[in-house]
Amino acid sequence: MRGRDWPVLGAVALGGGTGALARYGVSVAWPTAPGGFPWATLWTNVLGCAVIGVLLVLLDAAVRPRRLVRPFFGTGVLGGFTTFSTFAVDVRTLVGEGAPLRAAVYLVATPAAALTAVALGAWTTGRVLERRAPGR
Amino acid sequence: MIWLLVFLGGAAGAPLRYLADRAVQARHDTVFPWGTLGVNVSGSLLLGALTGAALSAEPYALLGTGLCGALTTYSTFSYETLRLAKAGSRGLAALNAAATTALTLAAAFLGVALGTAAG
Repeated sequence: MRGRDWPVLGAVALGGGTGALARYGVSVAWPTAPGGFPWATLWTNVLGCAVIGVLLVLLDAAVRPRRLVRPFFGTGVLGGFTTFSTFAVDVRTLVGEGAPLRAAVYLVATPAAALTAVALGAWTTGRVLERRAPGR
Repeated sequence: MIWLLVFLGGAAGAPLRYLADRAVQARHDTVFPWGTLGVNVSGSLLLGALTGAALSAEPYALLGTGLCGALTTYSTFSYETLRLAKAGSRGLAALNAAATTALTLAAAFLGVALGTAAG
């Protein structure tokens, strides 16, 4: 590790903690009953994917992006907010709770919604930027 | 207390993911997002094991919700899949989505089995 890497790592850590806390907050506000559909995790992941689509297109278009914006918001906050492990274990839990159909729907719906969300976020942001600065 | 543990776990998991991704990128010059795939599979295995072992609330908040939750990521996975598709590698994009989903699921099932046996 070089000396100038530490601020980046600190930004990722602070963002990751903040994102994880926000995800936990959503799960507390919107608890999943045993055998119930994990709506909180699904929407957390879909929202995080939409926002990263917007953020990374904005950063790509920025003339001089601040060095810590992507590590903090992208790798940190959004990376900590969204989760692949909870999704995978949710599927296993639903199967274990005797709800294989619900597990299958969740298994297909999450990647479909998440990939749609990131594509829509990126596309919409690209269109808005294009309108504000045509030809750039 | 639980909130603090979730924060601390997340503050450890995200930098671990960042360092793992950088280590992979430094060794392999590849467009395929191996780093994200690796952390997503390892994190799913670990979260499965923690779930199977039926941890009490505090260690689960730190290691499960915090660490594994932030070590793994859906947003970076989605963006990298989109980037592959946009770069003309639709096959690689589909492969990334299918492989990540299949391997994390296998890891979660294996993890729960291991955790249940150990717990």
